[in-house]
Amino acid sequence: MVHGEIWTLKELFVTPNEYIYWSVQIVMYPFMTGLVAGAFVLSSLYHVFGIKELKDMARFALVFSFALLFAAPVPIILHLQYPLRGINVMMTPHFTSAIAAFGIVFSTYGAIVASELWFLYRRHFVEQSKMLKSRQDRTLGESLLYLIFTALTLGAYDISEKALRKDEKAIKALAAIGIPVACFLHGYAGFIFGSVKANALWMTPLMPVIFIMSAVVSGIALCMLTYVVTMEIRKFLACRKHSPAYSPECREEIKSVEVKVIKMTSKYLLFFLIFAISLELLDLIFRGYTATKSWDVLRSVIYGKDFTSIFLLQYGLGNLIPFIIFLMPGLTLRRAVVGVILVMFGVFMMRWNVVIGGQAFSLTFAGYMHYHLPIVPHDWETLKEGLVGAVGVFVMPFVLFYFLTKIFPIFGLKESH
Amino acid sequence: MISRRDFIKKATIAAAGVSFSAASIEILTPARVHALKNDKALRWVFLVDTYKCVGCGLCVKACKNENEIPYDANVTRTWVERYVITKDGKLHADSPKGARDGFTDPRIDLGMGRTEDIKTEDIKKAFFVPKLCNQCENPPCVQVCPVGATYQAPDGVVLVDRSWCIGCGYCIMACPYGVRFFHPKHHTAEKCNFCYHRINKDMKPACVQACPFDARKIGNIKDPDDPVAKIITTERVGILKSEYGTKPQVFYIGLDEEVR
Repeated sequence: MVHGEIWTLKELFVTPNEYIYWSVQIVMYPFMTGLVAGAFVLSSLYHVFGIKELKDMARFALVFSFALLFAAPVPIILHLQYPLRGINVMMTPHFTSAIAAFGIVFSTYGAIVASELWFLYRRHFVEQSKMLKSRQDRTLGESLLYLIFTALTLGAYDISEKALRKDEKAIKALAAIGIPVACFLHGYAGFIFGSVKANALWMTPLMPVIFIMSAVVSGIALCMLTYVVTMEIRKFLACRKHSPAYSPECREEIKSVEVKVIKMTSKYLLFFLIFAISLELLDLIFRGYTATKSWDVLRSVIYGKDFTSIFLLQYGLGNLIPFIIFLMPGLTLRRAVVGVILVMFGVFMMRWNVVIGGQAFSLTFAGYMHYHLPIVPHDWETLKEGLVGAVGVFVMPFVLFYFLTKIFPIFGLKESH
Repeated sequence: MISRRDFIKKATIAAAGVSFSAASIEILTPARVHALKNDKALRWVFLVDTYKCVGCGLCVKACKNENEIPYDANVTRTWVERYVITKDGKLHADSPKGARDGFTDPRIDLGMGRTEDIKTEDIKKAFFVPKLCNQCENPPCVQVCPVGATYQAPDGVVLVDRSWCIGCGYCIMACPYGVRFFHPKHHTAEKCNFCYHRINKDMKPACVQACPFDARKIGNIKDPDDPVAKIITTERVGILKSEYGTKPQVFYIGLDEEVR
């Protein structure tokens, strides 16, 4: 069977070699990269612009961005016909291609996030390392942790006031460099699509900007969601009688902090959401108004075949309803959670409508292709490029985040920054 | 006895002199030598006469066999499209199985198992259009390949290195003509290359040889005595989708505005 044939249904005049070659993993790729970039921008709002209200969220978002970073290239690798040859992009980059720069942009960004994290947690590493070293009867786990923390200090044990102030400066600088790099990382994912002149739906110079805006929206939404979940777990632990973290007063305190942070962050979410929607609508209106050769088929896809997924799911359920939810006075946690889940769903649908929608019509402009996501896998291809693969990619950063917080604790850290 | 100062002075002059003359020597890679030696002014072009095509599909069959594209796989390096324009101005077009078995059914294939009957008296005009890789002068597929696995040969033909292709599919997305696909067995990007292995041995591409009506021809546009070049340069020929700026090198006689 030809790659793509299993999930593609052709209707009317479609040329023989046309299939939906870019499937759900290519939807996941900009979605995950967007989350990385968004989470980083959120953390930088505190570090660079000094928005104090986001202090709690900033550290959290940075660690989460790091966890997401590892998951971001996975969908592309899963999508490749030769995943093991993926390294060729680094070995013989062909720089006229938008994908060729991926390795460079991605590693630059990774290096920035990693160094920012290091400066942020340096004091913690040193303290942990010293504490574990002084302990006489270390268990095997503790010995392992000791090794990890000692390695992570990189031999820099100076945690005097002066040194920590220098660290802070470094964090600020890195966060500042990181914002344009994060935007570039994601804008460039938009460029991969926007520069394909053969695809009538993709080709627009607005694509990178639209991608950046929706990336920030989804990143903030995911950070808010994960933040609430983590806080709820802390609250749950705080009210459990036998738990070591038991303290009823603390529970109320956590809740008030939580609501405050969520309210603040949701303002930024709305701000970026307005930008994202405006740009998307501008693109749509412009296409309709200029009505070039491809408009007939695009119109039939946008207003016909994909109406449900574009107007009901993406704009309605994913944008309009959360917009109302966040604008209504007296935001509660429960409502915020519903809102951010819908926002993330909306951004996912936007990626879906771009990637799959861009392949929903034939190059002949006289035929259509329908995508059927493989749900139950029956071979390797339907496993990695089906529902299972996509869900796996989405779950991955959460699992990584759990393990990362063992080394980069996000709560109960001594205040230094 | 030479003093240290003198030694440094003279050594500097010598080094400058040597490096200056060494800079004029060009380092030639084997590929460059080969290209220089074989500069016989060659640019492959293709000519399709749509008036002559009857849609028998022998070209598609020959291509599949010659280039080892699995016979029953629903992909093909070359194919033939059927266009039927009815009196109400509507376009009906199809290419079932790439016309591998020819157009034996008068009904138009609508996909998803449906067909459409068109009465003969309703037809305004109908014709066949063979399609293959346009070996563009400005190939978007080469531009987007992230690893350089697809490249343009000096004679204009765009080739794919199966041992280096990572299978990302970007070239498939970038081609406005839909000529690229993933090979069902090799799982790398695949396309028509004018039967490169044949044309380099002074043979014709499989489809050209198989066409009983001379609808397909290959030639060298840089050779003024080439019969195909003569037609392309002196007669009225068309190209597909010029709006993409790819400068396709497959020329058509009798191209209709309805051709996609």
